[in-house]
Amino acid sequence: MSETLTGWRDWLLTDTPHSRSQARLSALYQGWLAFRRNSLAMLGLAILLFLLFVAAFAPWLAPSDPFAQDLANRLQPIGAEGHPLGTDSLGRDILSRLIHGSRITLYIVTLVALIAPIAGLIVGTIAGYAGGIIDMGLMRITDIFLAFPRLVLALAFVAALGAGIENAVLAISLTAWPPYARIARAETLTIRNSDYISAVRLQGAGPIRIITKHIWPLCISSLIVRVTLDMAGIILAAAGLGFLGLGAQPPSPEWGAMISEGRRFILDHWWVATMPGLAIFTVSLAFNLLGDGLRDVLDPKSEK
Amino acid sequence: MSALSFQGLNVWFGEGRDRVDAVKDASFEVAPGESFGLVGESGSGKSTIMRALTGLAPHWSGHMSVNDRPVGRRRDRTFYKTVQMVFQDPYASLHPRLSVDQVLSEVLWLHGFGDIEPRIERLLDDVGLGPSFRFRYPHQLSGGQRQRVAIARALAPEPSILLLDEPTSALDVSVQAEILNLLADLRTEHNLTFLMVSHDLAVVAHMCERIAVMQAGEIVEVLGVEEMRAMKPQHPYTLSLLEASLGYRRESA
Amino acid sequence: MTDLLDVEDLWVRFPTRTGMFDAVRGVSFRLGRERLGIVGESGSGKSMTGRAILRLIRPPGQVDATHIKLDGENLLDKSEVEMRAVRGNRISMVMQDPKFSLNPVMTVGEQLIEAYQLHARGGQAEARKRAIEMLEAVSIRDAERVMRAHPHEMSGGMGQRIMIAMMLIPDPELLIADEPTSALDVSVQGQVLQIMDKLVQDRGMGLIFISHDLNLVAQFCDRVLIMYAGRVVETCDAHKLHEAQHPYTRGLLNSLPRFDAPQKRLEVLKRDPAWAEVPSVGPRA
Repeated sequence: MSETLTGWRDWLLTDTPHSRSQARLSALYQGWLAFRRNSLAMLGLAILLFLLFVAAFAPWLAPSDPFAQDLANRLQPIGAEGHPLGTDSLGRDILSRLIHGSRITLYIVTLVALIAPIAGLIVGTIAGYAGGIIDMGLMRITDIFLAFPRLVLALAFVAALGAGIENAVLAISLTAWPPYARIARAETLTIRNSDYISAVRLQGAGPIRIITKHIWPLCISSLIVRVTLDMAGIILAAAGLGFLGLGAQPPSPEWGAMISEGRRFILDHWWVATMPGLAIFTVSLAFNLLGDGLRDVLDPKSEK
Repeated sequence: MSALSFQGLNVWFGEGRDRVDAVKDASFEVAPGESFGLVGESGSGKSTIMRALTGLAPHWSGHMSVNDRPVGRRRDRTFYKTVQMVFQDPYASLHPRLSVDQVLSEVLWLHGFGDIEPRIERLLDDVGLGPSFRFRYPHQLSGGQRQRVAIARALAPEPSILLLDEPTSALDVSVQAEILNLLADLRTEHNLTFLMVSHDLAVVAHMCERIAVMQAGEIVEVLGVEEMRAMKPQHPYTLSLLEASLGYRRESA
Repeated sequence: MTDLLDVEDLWVRFPTRTGMFDAVRGVSFRLGRERLGIVGESGSGKSMTGRAILRLIRPPGQVDATHIKLDGENLLDKSEVEMRAVRGNRISMVMQDPKFSLNPVMTVGEQLIEAYQLHARGGQAEARKRAIEMLEAVSIRDAERVMRAHPHEMSGGMGQRIMIAMMLIPDPELLIADEPTSALDVSVQGQVLQIMDKLVQDRGMGLIFISHDLNLVAQFCDRVLIMYAGRVVETCDAHKLHEAQHPYTRGLLNSLPRFDAPQKRLEVLKRDPAWAEVPSVGPRA
């Protein structure tokens, strides 16, 4: 048993891979080994895996229906019978709502994390590689988006598009891409003049090929790091929109909306707003820790 | 017939007040199969000539031709099939995230070769790397091995002219010897024409038959290797360069 | 005669995934007021030796030695605070590329004056005077103008001279130069070497000259250590380097293309694993 395990280890750690897949797996495994040494990042990863687990099995994990109102038992404190985290102003179980809310949080986070960096990557690398007029044009557009405070711009979009989670996601993505474009452009500018790009140009490769095959792989790692570090901000923006009533609509158990509801009772029944707040805090922190760990592994500049 | 011909070549960077003339009115010819060296101090414009030829330095005027075909503003794939380049620093000229296999197969694909698999193996064999190197990433290779990969990449389109931009200056002397031997072998094997830039006169003397000496963007002299070894150049600058490169002499001694 | 520097059984180790990597393995040497060259290929441990003397190896790297004595004082017994006084004041180091060693946002003058004030008390005027003297000592003609310039306005040779000037302000007893001229053109290289040469002779300074260039070391230094795989494989008088005995040294010398005589092929160094196993050659062997 342990022999086959060390056999695998050696196979993965070899400096002389014998096939494409072995080379790729070996690179992944070495990254994982480097990542594993960072215990805080592992903690972040564990929290996020737990979140994923909770979201996947929400209906089975939640002790009660997140929408079931019980006005007789409203605003029960922490530890009340049947409600470990208490109940809110309509008597709904806060723990169940948090568990179901994790799905919404993940949904928002995943969509934004897909849309914003990819948009930023495309705009940034094209601007950086093309230079000249195209660069000027794309970067001025980016500047316009950057000039507005993020939440205000998101508010304007949601106001125009209508309230709802999908529109909140769209609004957040629209406000989140410019920093990624900036990063991608800055990276592209340093990569563009490197010898290995010159070398592939001398093989007659066109700009699209150079951008997608040679520049993107080098930008993506720094974008991934930046996305995980921004994730906290994205969750907070979504919560903020929810809090203002422009994101998820009641009775949806979105964490920001839950805080918004609990706000009215914050002095007498602090747990109603605090519990979803803690959830947002924990997940944001987990993403930050993960991002820090990923930066150490992925950042090409820190490589020897 | 000449493999490479430069007539009145000017290359500059920047515009207007910031314009820097890197190469001024350079003219020389390289015969097919010849190995031609460009020497000079840093900033003398020796690498810039190569970069202008390959299109990496876009602002130039004058006349350049490859195998008697003039080089235009846009270079087509046949140009890159004829002229290839090996860069100075093998640590910077290989993409850090691509394996040897990926680099070579992309180049072969770009040039429209169908039989990629056997070609990769032959290229690795040509540059003295076995098939065990095929799936390695640059960080798993030593400096000399990286430069061999870079040479394999340049050889992939089966060019007739190889531009060598200080191909060994980033390497240890023992590795330099291996790479220079390899280049000499490849030259006879594939009938290559070399245009080589170096600041190391001993390396240029070893590799090249004729040498152009550059100073501040101008070619001051083109001389044969025998004249150079005999320390009999025409131009005083060449003589001072030769003397300086022969090494340090204590003033008092 | 007491030795300026006496290094005995120096080891530099770095932990890696597969165990400890020994970058320097049991190196011993002594240095008087002379020019000592350390040559070897990349990875031979020559730069690590230089850095270890100044205790510049950062953890997790470890430095062990029986002693590293500077004028009889063991540097390994010093605290980090005391070491800081040694660095710069008594031992200076010049690195390969001046671009990375000078602060780009300060003028050369400001940096020189700061360097002086860090090591000696003295007014602004005094510091300025010393700085200009130093620039003149490294053959910079219009020192006043250079004082006002920023590092990026300087050429490589100028930058390296300024670095040397900065290192000389505190009047060190020992200068460690790590490939000081590799980034420079041959003509400039000669000038920089001449400056260092003069300083060794005029001030009685010790010099450790770390380089990969055998010919240069043979011409410039008094004595040479040849390093391979973290060990000293051979030590000899510099002018006798071309008569060196060790197969590694011979291999390195033979693999160089010769300017005076054409060769059909260059000799390729064949490495013998046994070279790495033999213990380092002692200080006066």
